[in-house]
Formats: sequence, structure tokens, C-alpha cells
Amino acid sequence: MDLSRQEHGLDLLNAIVAFANFVMLPAVAYGSQLALGALGVTMIYGILRFSNFAHGDTMAFGAMATILGTWWLQAIGVSLGPFPTALLALPAGIAATAVLVLLTDRLVYRFYREQKSAPVILVIVSMGVMFVTNGLVRFIIGVDEQRFADGARFIITAREFKELTGLKEGLAVKSTAMLTVVVAIIVVALLFWFLNRTRTGKSMRAFSDNEDLALLSGINPERVVMITWIIVAALATVAGVLYGLDKSFKPFNYFQLLLPIFASAIVGGLGNPIGAIAGGFVIAFSEVTITYAFKKVAGYLIPAWEPQGLVQLLSTDYKFAVSFAILIVVLLFRPTGLFRGKAL
Amino acid sequence: MTLTPRDMTLFLAVLGLIAATGFLQSWNVALGILNMGLVSAIMALGVNMQWGYAGLFNIGVMGFLALGGLSTVIISKPPVVEAWDAGGPRVIFALLVGSAAIVAAILAWKRMPAGKARAPALVAILVVGFFVYRWLFDPAVAAIEAVSPARAGNLGGLGLPILIAWPVGALLAAGAAWVVGKTALGLRSDYLAIATLGISEIIIAVLKNEDWLSRGVKNVSGIPRPVPYEIDLQNSERFVERVSGFGFDPVTASTITVKLAYAGLFLAVLLLLLWLAQAALNSPWGRMMRAIRDNEVAAEAMGKDVTARHLQVFILGSAVCGLAGAMMTTLDGQLTPASYQPLRFTFLIWVMVIVGGSGNNFGAVLGGMLIWYLWVMVEPLGVTLIGGITAGMPDGFWLKKHLLETAAHMRLLTMGLILLLVLRFSPRGLIPER
Repeated sequence: MDLSRQEHGLDLLNAIVAFANFVMLPAVAYGSQLALGALGVTMIYGILRFSNFAHGDTMAFGAMATILGTWWLQAIGVSLGPFPTALLALPAGIAATAVLVLLTDRLVYRFYREQKSAPVILVIVSMGVMFVTNGLVRFIIGVDEQRFADGARFIITAREFKELTGLKEGLAVKSTAMLTVVVAIIVVALLFWFLNRTRTGKSMRAFSDNEDLALLSGINPERVVMITWIIVAALATVAGVLYGLDKSFKPFNYFQLLLPIFASAIVGGLGNPIGAIAGGFVIAFSEVTITYAFKKVAGYLIPAWEPQGLVQLLSTDYKFAVSFAILIVVLLFRPTGLFRGKAL
Repeated sequence: MTLTPRDMTLFLAVLGLIAATGFLQSWNVALGILNMGLVSAIMALGVNMQWGYAGLFNIGVMGFLALGGLSTVIISKPPVVEAWDAGGPRVIFALLVGSAAIVAAILAWKRMPAGKARAPALVAILVVGFFVYRWLFDPAVAAIEAVSPARAGNLGGLGLPILIAWPVGALLAAGAAWVVGKTALGLRSDYLAIATLGISEIIIAVLKNEDWLSRGVKNVSGIPRPVPYEIDLQNSERFVERVSGFGFDPVTASTITVKLAYAGLFLAVLLLLLWLAQAALNSPWGRMMRAIRDNEVAAEAMGKDVTARHLQVFILGSAVCGLAGAMMTTLDGQLTPASYQPLRFTFLIWVMVIVGGSGNNFGAVLGGMLIWYLWVMVEPLGVTLIGGITAGMPDGFWLKKHLLETAAHMRLLTMGLILLLVLRFSPRGLIPER
């Protein structure tokens, strides 16, 4: 009697560990990546007032620049020990991406800003930029998958965890997943400190809230736009590199991230940075939970039940459908998003 | 609104480019470009209806094209009888139950008074509906996909003539457009864009994964043709006699004849659609659409139902895209769900419309043919160009190797540059709206 109760308790623990291993950890890492991407989209929307369809490809460019830097560092024998070398190359990647987006702004977007073009024209222009950036990335690094993660693969492997706890289920903590979360927290903290505490950040928020009033109080719009692009370049590069480290780098995947990223930004409320982060986690958790096969977890929770299928709500290929469905529901019932973004 | 001499010159120039390919390379290549150019022109017409007439921003063109492609399978492939026996009726019943659950949820939301009971009722209907649907659906799909998976594994189609699939493709796309439009129209333009992008990705995911319907990544090949097969022509004595009389090689003549037959079919559809689109644009309806596009508030104040008109033109444009999608799959002779890429099938169509001249049907047709020509020709031109640049470099030099390998990716770069240059220096396109 006592023994079986204890076993049942262990089953519950096993179920929780399996859930954490296959749902919680991947969703937290993916959510951080989406949140960083959505922050970039939402910043552009707040300051420049258009939906930037080139953002996915900006992420790909940033990741590509960082990969090239990483390869060079690896070639001359520099490494960070247990950490991926890509972290060292990250500043160079951000700088290269900042140069790219500032050039694009100067050559392309500024003209339309001066013309005061409609936002939808800027969206179409960003489509052109998307093509060019995408072509550039393919031209430089090709379309194939690139692996550039080095250093320790796991903080704790499934076997170590099992030996440590004596449970049947293992909890494998990938170092890239942990790194994603830590870097995302640092980047977001820096961003919010900048927006809320510095003079430039405050002028950016003022510009986003009311452009005319901001201009009247002597804020230089071109400076605000320039700093926005630099921040967006940093966010996009970090998001792109973290995604590439955690999964793998393939230019086309970044284009496909556009949908979940926009869904995150819109669900949180376009133009609202806190909303973008919340939206990223909402989308990531829903995607992973709905497409996870719960057979194992269910087996621990209800030992008497032998599920026939995988106990999976939707196959993983339909993950787009999940972000899409959440997006539609939010748009129908709360069009400004969960955190009241702008509705221009 | 007729064509000016300048417009005629532009059309002749594009035809001249294609003819030059015929003289310099081969007529097979030139006619291939012409055929796909005609289909692209129809796609551009559809997008132009939505963007040019009404200012609707649809970036889900790929999904509507794919639905058109699916219709060719559903209509023209012969039915797989064992698969139907294994689970055909049950799949259809499951789909009906699933749709009924969604309709019931919508009705419940609309009919029930706002209160605490409404949201839980909505969720309950959807959750119960989903599980009943899966309980009906999963075994039937497993049974169908088990029927000789290497050869079939799907339900097949109705075995009807392929030409019926073209209007059916338009209907399928119109149905999808109705669903999207009902939910996303009336929201801001970028939200419609994201919604259409999402629905197109979902449609492609369905085609890739629902093997019982479209065989997924195993592709459906051997879709029947509306024109004769080359091999039949070569075996026909009358055909061989006639072309030999003109001094042609029967093999080349048969491929050219087939391509010309396609070109005739496509040209007929294009001219009919162009005539209809012009008539609509110059009617009071067309003027109303443009009035709504230019100032929604003013049009609404004049008593126009903006949302209903937007829905109407969104459905019409998507139907044209569906038709073009069915024509394209007919031309290819196979449905390959994995080949649908948004850059090629959504954004390239947008480049066609913008470069041709948004708001002008002739512009869309011109843009469709011209951009398709460039899309095909940029790759060999890029390879030649890179070949020229790298000619002076020593063999085995890493930069030479890299440049030669990546020359094929010049396409996207060129298309993006063309789009950006046109938007900047000639935003109204080659044949502007009048």
C-alpha cells in the first residue's frame, strides 16, 4: 500500500520531468527567441510606423555575419571554453547588421519618410528590401544548413539527471537553451533600462507616442530613427544567432519565422515592448504544447490508460496554424493586442 | 481607356524579347517562357484586382495558387476505389462534423446573450467538436493511406476532364478567400497581410501533410492534359506526314505543337479575363471601388458598404489566382506541394503588379510577362556575368569557386532591386493607372 503510493508519487514526478524536458524548456528557449524578434518588429512599428517584412531576413543576415566571424575565430584558434565562440563574434555581427540597416535606411526608407508615404507603401518597400537581403545572404553563405555551435552541448545530460535523482525520466538541459534565456534577459533588461532611464530612450518613447509634440520639443527625428535602427540591428542579430545556435542556421528558416514573430508582436500589441515579450512566450508555449505528443506524460499520470495514438493535438507540421489561430482570436476579440498597442 | 502607342510598344518589346529567345536559343524555350508568362499575367491580374482596384494587401497568393493546383487533382485524377472503400465516406463525414462544430460555435457566439455562459459554451463546442472530429478522422485517414502507399495512398479524384478543374480551382480559392475575408477584412491593412500570409502557409502545410488528399511530399504526377501528348503526335501518321511536308523534324514539331496548344488555351482565358476586368473597372462598380480605395471615409459617408465591397473584390481576385494556380499545375502535369515557396509564388507576383503598374489591367499583364521573362533569364545571365568577372582569376581560387557556385542566387537580388528602383523612380509602374 505504502509502496504503491510512493510509486505513484514518483510517476507524478516523472510526468513533471518529462513535461519540463519536452515542453517547458524548449518553449522557454523558443519564446525568448521569438520575443527578441518581436521586439525588433515592434520597435520599427512604434518609431517608423510600418510593419517591416524584411525583419526575418535581417535576422538571417545578422546570424550570417556572426557565423563568418565565428569561423574566422575558430580558424585562428580562439575559443571560449564551454561557451560558444559565436558570443565573441556577436559584437562584430551586430556592427555589420547595423551598417546594413543604416545603409538601407539611407538609400531606401528615408526617401519615403520625407515623402510622408502611406504605411502600406513602406510595407511594400520592405518587401523589396526583404528580397535583396535574402538574395545577399544566399549569395554570401548559400542556402545550405550551417552549424556553428561549439563549446559544451549540455549543462546536464538526461543520463546524469537520471543518475542524480533516480527517476526514470531524464531532464536534459541544453547549454544553448540556457544561454538563450540568459542572453535574452540581459538584452531585454538593457533595452528597458535604455528606454526608461536615458535621455535618448525617453526621447524615443516620446517620438513614438506623439511625433508632432516630440518634434516641437526639439527632438531630432533622424537621430531617433538612426538609434532605432541600431537597436533593431542588435536585437535581430542576437535573436538570429540564438536561434541558429539552438536549432541550426538555414536562411529559409528565418524567412519562415516571420509569421510567428509578427503573431507575437500583434498578440502582445504592436508598438508595445512588454507586449512583444509576452506575445513571444504565448505563441511559443502554445505552439510547443499543442504539437507535443503527450503519450509519455499521460502514461505516467494515468497508468491504467494505454493511449493508442501519440496523444498529440496537432502534428508538428501545423505549428503555423497555432500561431495563426491565436493571432486571429486576438484580432477578433481584442484588436489592439493583450497589452494595448497602437491601432493606427 | 485604350492602349496608347507607348503601351503597344512595351507589349511588342516583351514579345520581341521572347521571340529573340526563340531565334537565338530555341523555340521550345521561348514558348515555355510564353506559356508560364501568360499564366503569370493571370496571377498578376488577380492581385491587381485586390491591390490596384481596392488597395487590399494580400500576401497569401501562394495559398490560393496551391488550392487551384489541388483542384486539378480532385477533378481529373481517376478515383482510387479501394481507398474510397477503406475510408472515403468517413473522412468526408469527419470533415462535415468538423465544419459543423465551427459553424455551431460561431452561431452560439452570435445568438447567445453576452454573459458568463457565452465564452465557456464557445470553448466547449470547439473542444468537443475537435475530439469528435479527430475520432472520426484519424482511423479513416490511416485506412486510406495504407492502400498501396507507393502508388496511391490517397482518395484520387473524380476522373472528370481537366478543364473543369480550372473554374473549380477558382471556386476553391474563392471559398478560402471568403473565410479569410470574413475574419480579417475590416482590420488594418498590415493585419490582413499577416492573416493572408498565415493562411497561405497553412494551406501549403495541409497539402504537404494530408497524404490522403494530395499525397503530400510524394507528389501527384501524371495529371491528365487538355492537349495531346507528344508521343501520340509522333505516332500519328497524319501529323508526321504534314510536318515533314513543311520540312520539320517530327519530334521537335510535336513538342512545339503541344506548347502552342497550351499557349492558345491560356491566351483565350487571359483575353476573356482581361475583357471582363476592363469592363468591371470601367463600370460604375469599378469607379466605386476606386473611390473606396482613395478615400474610405468619404465613400462610406456616401452610403457605400466598404467592408462588403472589400470582401467582394477580395474573393474575385483570389478566384482569379485560384484559376491561374489550376492552369499552372495543368501545365506542369504534376502537383508538388513542397515546391510552393512564398518568394516565388507570392512576392514575385507582387513585383509583377508593381512593375507593370498597379491599378491598370494591361500593366498587370505586361508586368506578369516581363518579370517572368526576367526571372527565367536572370539566372543564365548571372552565370555568364560571373563567368566573365572570374575569367581572369586563377582556377581553384576560393573566390572564383564561391562566386560561380552562388551565381544562381542572383535572381532574388535582381528582383528586389527592380522592385525598389521602380517604387522609387516610377512608382506608378510601366503602364500607369488612368
